[in-house]
Amino acid sequence: MSGEAVATEARVVVEADRDIVTARQQGRVMAAQLGFSPGTATLIATAISELARNMLLYASRGEVLITTIENNGSKGITVEARDEGPGIPQPQRALEDGYSTSGRLGLGLPGVKRLMDEFRLETGPGRGTRIVVHKWVR
Amino acid sequence: MQVPILKQGAHLIATVQSALTDADLVQLRDAIVEQVGRTRARGVIIDVTALDVVDSFATATMRDIAQMIRLRGARTVIVGIQPEVAFAMVQMGLTLEGVTTTLDLEEALEHLGERTNGKVAR
Amino acid sequence: MTDLQIVPTDSKLPLDNSAALMRELVAHLRENRTGLREEWLRRIFETELLTAMTREEVFAEATSVYDSYVEALETRTLETLQAYAQNLSERIIPRGVETHEVVGIVLLLRDVLARSLFGKYHANFKVLNAILDAYEPAANSIAITVSVGFVQQRERIIREQQEAIRELSTPVLQVRERLLILPIIGVIDPQRARQLTEQLLRGIRATRAKVVVIDITGVAAMDASVANHLVQTVEAARLLGAMVIVTGLSPEIAQTLVNIGVDLGKMNTVGDLQGGIEEAERLLGYKVIPSEVANA
Repeated sequence: MSGEAVATEARVVVEADRDIVTARQQGRVMAAQLGFSPGTATLIATAISELARNMLLYASRGEVLITTIENNGSKGITVEARDEGPGIPQPQRALEDGYSTSGRLGLGLPGVKRLMDEFRLETGPGRGTRIVVHKWVR
Repeated sequence: MQVPILKQGAHLIATVQSALTDADLVQLRDAIVEQVGRTRARGVIIDVTALDVVDSFATATMRDIAQMIRLRGARTVIVGIQPEVAFAMVQMGLTLEGVTTTLDLEEALEHLGERTNGKVAR
Repeated sequence: MTDLQIVPTDSKLPLDNSAALMRELVAHLRENRTGLREEWLRRIFETELLTAMTREEVFAEATSVYDSYVEALETRTLETLQAYAQNLSERIIPRGVETHEVVGIVLLLRDVLARSLFGKYHANFKVLNAILDAYEPAANSIAITVSVGFVQQRERIIREQQEAIRELSTPVLQVRERLLILPIIGVIDPQRARQLTEQLLRGIRATRAKVVVIDITGVAAMDASVANHLVQTVEAARLLGAMVIVTGLSPEIAQTLVNIGVDLGKMNTVGDLQGGIEEAERLLGYKVIPSEVANA
């Protein structure tokens, strides 16, 4: 073990609601293999579900990219959800608890943000949306 | 993926067998509401032991089911939420407020069978 | 390049047929099994490896290892050896045998056998070369298989031990049917809090608990994130059909909870653990006999 980084990657195109299931199951498997506890793996899967659904609802189509990385004893998982949709209006407010643009269903972003170690949101009208989250195995 | 719904006495038991897509959840909701109307069931038990993820859509749908059948005088009990799923739900801020949840079928039937029992209050 | 024209007895060996060479080699190792094994054992004791085991134990294991080694050379497959190595590792790791010892003895065996091959085939350099060409890759695969197998087992066992220790230090106690107690003592960091919750929830499912008493008398202070975590634990337990009673809430912690927006009126709290257990029993339908009467 000389400090080489090991990575695995999975890409799921989301264009129908069964793809949401695929993306989250893939995420849960990779998280569990990396060494996250079952509870945390489920959490990651749930977060992926939310991100994938947002893409489907607001952009009709998107992509979920899940990467795991193992580097000198540190292990982590990165989930990137990106779409070429209309972007999230008022992204600042979308990150506050209780905000919802579609009425009943919130975007779930505050929840996801709280639980991940790193969270990045890039969005804009005509620029699509890209959300990248990362969690380390502790 | 059809969720089988069986009638047991005055209750309906819907047992989820595997992961449900959003469309499956909507279908389940409609099926339950329709059957409660038709059979005049007094309670519906939804067994989610097989669900490995319960996210905001699933949570909202379950709350919807409870609300809709309450209008028909029926109660809902969600059974078998896995420990990891329960933990993920609370951390994501998803609640099933107003919906009874029990560990297993036995508990659920006991809960539905006893109207006013003064036992575990929620 | 002219070869020395010494004609050795095994010149009939097909030098380009490694399978045939291997068979020849294996036959030699089998014939000389006793002697070679003795030599290997002598070297093991000389280099002071496997000191955690008795001579008899080393002898017994050495016999099995030798035979598995030769069999692996013969069948050119590693599955049986892998399985044996795993089994062996499981047995010797708890005895305190370390990685360098296992790697050491495997390399010693490789060397002892190689020397023996030198001894037999040294007369013809071409034959010796061919034999070693067949032997070396196989012997190295074996060394790697056994060593890696050992290391993986060791890592697995260490992980399991650590997990077991963590579980022991965060006990979820079942005091009655359907009633669990989780006494929390000391400092809780977010990671321990998460682990406590996961254990508690699994315990609720395993024991079909309907009431859980979480006692935080022994917790000096709690920051907002851990307090939040406590609230989440209560909610998660409820999803599993269990009620939670929190006992031993100090005024400071109560204040922290209020600060993070918890409605203490909605949380079921009792002053001390004993009171909490009695309340739990009441909820479960047990009759509570006051202790003065019970002890009379």
